[in-house]
Amino acid sequence: MTDKVVPATRTITYRQALNETLRYELEHDEKVFLIGEEIGVFEGSYKITAGLLEDFGPDRVLDAPIAEEGFVGAALGAAMLGMRPVVEIMTINFSLIAIDQIVNHAAKMRSMFAGQVSIPLVIRMPGGGGQQLAATHSQNLEVWYAHIPGLKVVAPSTPADAKALLTAAIRDDDPVIFLENLSLYSAKGEVPDGEQIAEIGKAAVVKTGTDLTIVSYSRGTTTALEVAHQLEAEGLSIEVVDLRSLRPLDRDTICASVRKTGHAVVFEDDWLSYGIGAEISATIGEGVFDFLDAPVRRVAAAEVPLPYAKALERAALPSAADLARVVREVLNISSTPNDK
Amino acid sequence: MAAKARTRPKAEVEAPGGEPADTLRGYYEQMSLVRAFELRSSEMYARAKIGGYCHLNLGEEATVVGLMAAIEARDYLFTGYRDHGYALLRGLSPERVMAELFGKVTGVSGGRGGSMHLFDAETRLFGGYGIVGGQIPPATGAALALKYQAAAGPDAAAVMCLLGDGTTNIGAFHESLNLAGLWKLPIVYVIVNNGLGMGTTVEKASAEPDLYKRAASYRMPGVRVDGDDVLAVRDAARDALKQAREQRQPVLLEVMCYRLRGHSVVDPARYRSPEDTTIAQESDPVPSFRAELIAAGVLSEADAATIDETCDARVSEAVTFADESPEPDVDDLFAYVYASKVANAPSALPGEPVMDAL
Amino acid sequence: MPDVIMPRLSDTMEEGELSRWMKQVGDEIHKGDVLAEIETDKATMDLEAFDNGILEQHLVAAGALVPIGEPVARIGDGSNIVTGSAAPAAPTAVADKAAVVAPPADAAAPVAAAAPAPAAPAPTATPTGELRTSPTPTGELRTSPAPTGELRTSPLARKIGREHGIDLHTIAGTGPQGRITRTDVDTAILAQASVAAVPAPTPAAVVPTSAAASAAADSVDVPVSRIRAVTARRLTESQAVPHFFLTSVVNVERLVDFRAEVNESLAALGTKVSLNDLFVRASAVALRAHPEVNASWGDGVIRRHHHVNVGVAVATDDGLLVPVVTDADQKSLGAIAVETRALAGLARTGGLSLGQMTGGTFTISNLGMFGIDSFTAVLNPPEAGILAIGAATDVPAVRDGVLVSLPTVKITLTVDHRVLDGAVAAAFLRDLVTLLEEPLRIVL
Repeated sequence: MTDKVVPATRTITYRQALNETLRYELEHDEKVFLIGEEIGVFEGSYKITAGLLEDFGPDRVLDAPIAEEGFVGAALGAAMLGMRPVVEIMTINFSLIAIDQIVNHAAKMRSMFAGQVSIPLVIRMPGGGGQQLAATHSQNLEVWYAHIPGLKVVAPSTPADAKALLTAAIRDDDPVIFLENLSLYSAKGEVPDGEQIAEIGKAAVVKTGTDLTIVSYSRGTTTALEVAHQLEAEGLSIEVVDLRSLRPLDRDTICASVRKTGHAVVFEDDWLSYGIGAEISATIGEGVFDFLDAPVRRVAAAEVPLPYAKALERAALPSAADLARVVREVLNISSTPNDK
Repeated sequence: MAAKARTRPKAEVEAPGGEPADTLRGYYEQMSLVRAFELRSSEMYARAKIGGYCHLNLGEEATVVGLMAAIEARDYLFTGYRDHGYALLRGLSPERVMAELFGKVTGVSGGRGGSMHLFDAETRLFGGYGIVGGQIPPATGAALALKYQAAAGPDAAAVMCLLGDGTTNIGAFHESLNLAGLWKLPIVYVIVNNGLGMGTTVEKASAEPDLYKRAASYRMPGVRVDGDDVLAVRDAARDALKQAREQRQPVLLEVMCYRLRGHSVVDPARYRSPEDTTIAQESDPVPSFRAELIAAGVLSEADAATIDETCDARVSEAVTFADESPEPDVDDLFAYVYASKVANAPSALPGEPVMDAL
Repeated sequence: MPDVIMPRLSDTMEEGELSRWMKQVGDEIHKGDVLAEIETDKATMDLEAFDNGILEQHLVAAGALVPIGEPVARIGDGSNIVTGSAAPAAPTAVADKAAVVAPPADAAAPVAAAAPAPAAPAPTATPTGELRTSPTPTGELRTSPAPTGELRTSPLARKIGREHGIDLHTIAGTGPQGRITRTDVDTAILAQASVAAVPAPTPAAVVPTSAAASAAADSVDVPVSRIRAVTARRLTESQAVPHFFLTSVVNVERLVDFRAEVNESLAALGTKVSLNDLFVRASAVALRAHPEVNASWGDGVIRRHHHVNVGVAVATDDGLLVPVVTDADQKSLGAIAVETRALAGLARTGGLSLGQMTGGTFTISNLGMFGIDSFTAVLNPPEAGILAIGAATDVPAVRDGVLVSLPTVKITLTVDHRVLDGAVAAAFLRDLVTLLEEPLRIVL
């Protein structure tokens, strides 16, 4: 046996894991600073930065005016000079105002300038619907960023991953899009003490199984696990792959799982067409075609600007019941009345 | 445009501005080098040695030389895509710049950026940006970093951010100037106003065509200077940089000049009136500065001819160098995508499987 | 050019009977042409050509049993035509074994890759033999004939099928839209394994030499077909099962009327329902109600089946075959009639696929058409029950004090006593009789 010390763990929320990680990185690297709207005095729209202005001052926790293109680009410029800015964009919807700086600039500079400059920039932003925020404030636009070479895109699903991936993102020398989800902020989980650094670009098998693989990320992974456990009680053995990193995508882990199970369903909060699920389906087709016992299915959001009304919103977003139903369909098992 | 007020003083018979002759001669040499380089770039584009877009500083040589005379080595320079002259005067060799235009491995960015994206970390030329206004937020952020990293003072570094007249209408310009004014950043925004955003005049694009006045919105000094007057440009830029580095006072400097040719090498500029073209040609700063120096006895005709020939020869060497340089190695295609090594980074060429079938 | 060899056409196959030559010596052959029909232990399959050329020689005569890998014919450029029938299972072929073990599929591949052979190779053509005679054995066997018609299968099923030598055309898919899935292939593999578990009779035991046959002038020994051999083996096996019989007499007066009614309404569709179809349907309904009967003895467990798949014994020239009507309890009478007719037709022409003969959970054997009043059927393992149906017979009966003639049928249930006891089986039979006597209930 090795002498590896297993760190003590605490059960904390996703929000707290982020807050503690930001605090730790601010304490340990003076090149790190936070910038965003309402992150200082207001302590963050979702209170991720609570207490940090007080402890680190306005040079390290910089309240920006409502000017996403300006302050995201400014963070990028600071990163070019060796700073390690961590930007908070209030929600991913507003990142579109800054997309020129993210896509046309942050993602390109290192390559275009032949490695003469690096962009150690983190852009944190939550996405997701389900809070009756209506069409403009309920999007999951991760695929916009996951599409872009030069960016790294991570989407932790647990407090522990939130900590380890945020640490990795801040210490990474490339622009990292760090995707949070509104409905995960209060989720609790065990988080190991001490420095935890995840490896960007690696997926995790968060539950093993033999009959079918559910591939998901962020909030979707929590739903996938819930469904997997529910189906376990019915005698189905479901494996859950949590992508964690959308770019780079860990195709090997996905394919290794599907090779074993022969069946795959992708669960994503985002719209279906041209989505993460499409990429994963194609990957599976290419990587493990001979091991597929059924077509890969995607469970994704209805392709509609998300309505405000609760009933319509609920109908449009992919649910655990939708996932369970599709899993049964893929396995050619008749539905139980509980599904719908 | 013809109605635009020009602030340029009449040339004096004595050495202009009372400057040492060597300095003036140096400025002329620089102007001549930029002129020679741009003319040759145009030629090389026509010869299909240069691809893509190619925007020239022809007609803006006095502005280029004046601004580059003002900026210090410790300062950071951000510019738009009309960037060849600035790169040359920032100290990059004509060989490396021309090789970049040729897309060769010996170029400033190994041929990855091309004409619009010249970048040299060593001389703090922080790009060359192809997207209009794309450089303004990063330049502002660089100033933010400078403010964070060191105190204000005569030895502090500052940022010079160049932009065109058309750029002042985009959101990033206003957002950035607001941030700089708000946070008191050491930066000078320089509007190189050549009167045309592609084919659109300033009057047709900007509700306030006196662009320097826009600084007022951000409690920032706004200054306009004649871009055909190298010394005026230099002095105005120096003063602005001094305010930035010593007082953390951002400044908006508008430099008025003419674009001698089209927007890019492929633009015949048919939208320009004959009168406008005539004005641009009459205002051409290179022959006029040359004549001025000869008239002032700083240069003889023969000296000037020698300088022109030398610059031309220098550029010829650069062309030969670029032409003979190797193409970048395709094996290095993915070499600079990420700084930190990352698992599963894509590396497939078109048509290659994204992964081996398991 | 390699000889055409006896292909391996199922995982349990060791030898095949070359039942009929479809191409004659001198015929021009194209890749994919059916050279002969091969009767395996499972079904009749096509022997396909993997080379272009001229069929130069039949190395075995029709009817010969040939071990896998032995040559059966020779395809060449036409310069070595040998006519005349060769001896069955030509011993010379064995001597050549080492030279021809390479599977034909592999030998054919390089030819295809190198150059498309001309449609009709000229006799004077330079031999392109070097490619064709250097097969690269990979152990991979081509086991399925060229797909005839659409085959819906998952990639995984295809892969497993390939690895186990299962011809997917012989499997009925149970997935969506009839897709063959891993489960279906696994089932087929298991089915083959269970057949293979019984020692295959050696050729010597079932095919007496012709010398021996001619020596015994008083009798003639008829070589048995593969089907006959398998049937013999399985029926012998079934005799080891402890079993008992229950017989009932069914009043089929209403059933006959019901059938007439049904046929009237189906006439427009051109479908006719037989009494046997009614028995299939009634049995299926009764089995659904008595899951304990829809079961089999499975090595220490009693396996109750989710599906009710009723086998229908069909006499063929080669022997008894039992095609299966799957999910008979879910199918309409009309559907059962159509399907049974089709299956019987296939059985008689040797066209049944493996999938159509496996998966039964109960069997019906009807000798009524031969005028047999009643009989007992031998169990079709591992099924727990088989129903023997006799001919309809008019018997005198008293109804409302009047002597009338009633049509009746005697049915006899054979039961695997390991799975079922008498009372349980009797309850099933009683319900079945009720269904047959009140036939409206079998369609409810």
